[in-house]
Amino acid sequence: MSARLTFAATGRVLTQIRHDPRTIALLLIVPSLLIGLLAWIFMDTPVFNQVGPAVLALFPFTIMFVVTSMTTLRERRTGTLERQLTLPIGKLDIIMGYALAFGLLAVFQAGIAVGFSVWLFGLEISGSVWWLLAIAVADAVLGTALGLLASAFANTEFQVAQFMPAFVFPQMLLGGLLLPRDQMPDVLYAISDWLPLSHAIDALNAVARDDQDDAYLLTKLLIIVAFIVGAIVLGSVTLKRRTP
Amino acid sequence: MVNSAIHTDDLRVRRGKREVLHGISFDVPQGSLVGLLGPSGSGKTTLMRAIVGVQRNVTGVVNVLGHAAGSAILRRQVGYVTQDASVYGDLTIRQNLNYFSSMLRAGRADVERVLESTDLTEQANQMVDSLSGGQLSRASLAVALLGSPELLVLDEPTVGLDPVLRMDLWALFRRLAESGTTLLVSSHVMDEATRCDRLLLLRDGEILADETPAGLLERTGAADADAAFLALIRHRPKHLDAEFDGEAAS
Ligand SMILES: Nc1ncnc2c1ncn2[C@@H]1O[C@H](COP(=O)(O)OP(=O)(O)OP(=O)(O)O)[C@@H](O)[C@H]1O
Ligand SMILES: [Mg+2]
Repeated sequence: MSARLTFAATGRVLTQIRHDPRTIALLLIVPSLLIGLLAWIFMDTPVFNQVGPAVLALFPFTIMFVVTSMTTLRERRTGTLERQLTLPIGKLDIIMGYALAFGLLAVFQAGIAVGFSVWLFGLEISGSVWWLLAIAVADAVLGTALGLLASAFANTEFQVAQFMPAFVFPQMLLGGLLLPRDQMPDVLYAISDWLPLSHAIDALNAVARDDQDDAYLLTKLLIIVAFIVGAIVLGSVTLKRRTP
Repeated sequence: MVNSAIHTDDLRVRRGKREVLHGISFDVPQGSLVGLLGPSGSGKTTLMRAIVGVQRNVTGVVNVLGHAAGSAILRRQVGYVTQDASVYGDLTIRQNLNYFSSMLRAGRADVERVLESTDLTEQANQMVDSLSGGQLSRASLAVALLGSPELLVLDEPTVGLDPVLRMDLWALFRRLAESGTTLLVSSHVMDEATRCDRLLLLRDGEILADETPAGLLERTGAADADAAFLALIRHRPKHLDAEFDGEAAS
């Protein structure tokens, strides 16, 4: 792995995205619009303040997951990936190029979503907005990292589309969006402990209610980061220079 | 085999459940321009993938420039053009070239050189998605020329090009060979084949012929390359091979 090549790959992905304004709009604005819609639906009820933090984890995560897995699948299918694998660039450089480029977008996306939620849609945050931002950003980057990993197991766009229900929905259902995690059956609680999105939702809820200390938040953040690193390493290991 | 750019011995490749290359042995001398011919599905692409080291399930010997195919050291010495253009559609030609040249540390001057070689200087700032078919395949070729690799493996680089452009490209291949580059070029167009130093004729994963174009014409008694190709492919159907070999031996 070399920093020079990683940045070259990052620059290339960003240039590609720059040529596609619709993807940029989708990435940056859609999560905020969805959160706004939710705030509007629950305008005269306390519901938005209850589910708002979880939704702040869910929407950016999902959108980054879809966009990243689609983009890398396209690369796999057009032969440019095969070409790169015959050239002097590391597999980790290729993967990290995507992770950094989409990670950068994730930072903006999560920032916009947090800003809109707190200052426009009136999401009540008792804790620090900085913690909220840090965890939302990590969560969006997590969507990117898992999208990179998932695309390694898909050969067609159709299969990637199936990953949404397979990868994302269970995390959504078990993450505490419908029912707080500690009220779920023990088995499901244990399973949900192993799903990264659960920790992002936990942390965002904790910031909103300000009922945990910094050590708790830091632990949750580190768990998310561990999943990010794990997914990226696994993604580059499953990338093979030789294919059937 | 110091002066062999490519050396294979009993090369076999399994793809899916079938063996598609059945023990192929040949040598490509350094600095030569070798044509790889054969009907569709005969295994040309598979052979090239084995040589550049992206094919799985390969057995036997494949040495490239003195190293086992796929060695890390070969990654800056071998240029490969896949059958389908492998360039980014949502970048311009120049952006594509800049990206791939950063891997080879080839530099801006080299980018201009390969644009010139493939006659794409005028289109350099055009998005790849908006190129014509022939321009697209030349853009893919241009990437492979970056960094002046010692061996070029080109899978049907002249498909879809008009005769003038084809002639220009073969002239480029010849110039490259004269400057010491080894080229393995697959093609369907037989009259192109006569421009090669040697021809490898592949059928059903086996080598039918490995000789000079002149030798091929002489052996088959055919008037032109097309006829020679047909003579070899048609007149030695697979189930008769054993008999032919038997005759040759007796
Ligand atoms: N991924 C794969 N899995 C299984 N079989 C494959 C795969 N790719 C190719 N084959 C088979 O291997 C054989 C050789 O294919 P190959 O692509 O090497 O032929 P080719 O000579 O390049 O043909 P063409 O001139 O049409 O490009 C064919 O019978 C093909 O069906
Ligand atoms: Mg082919």
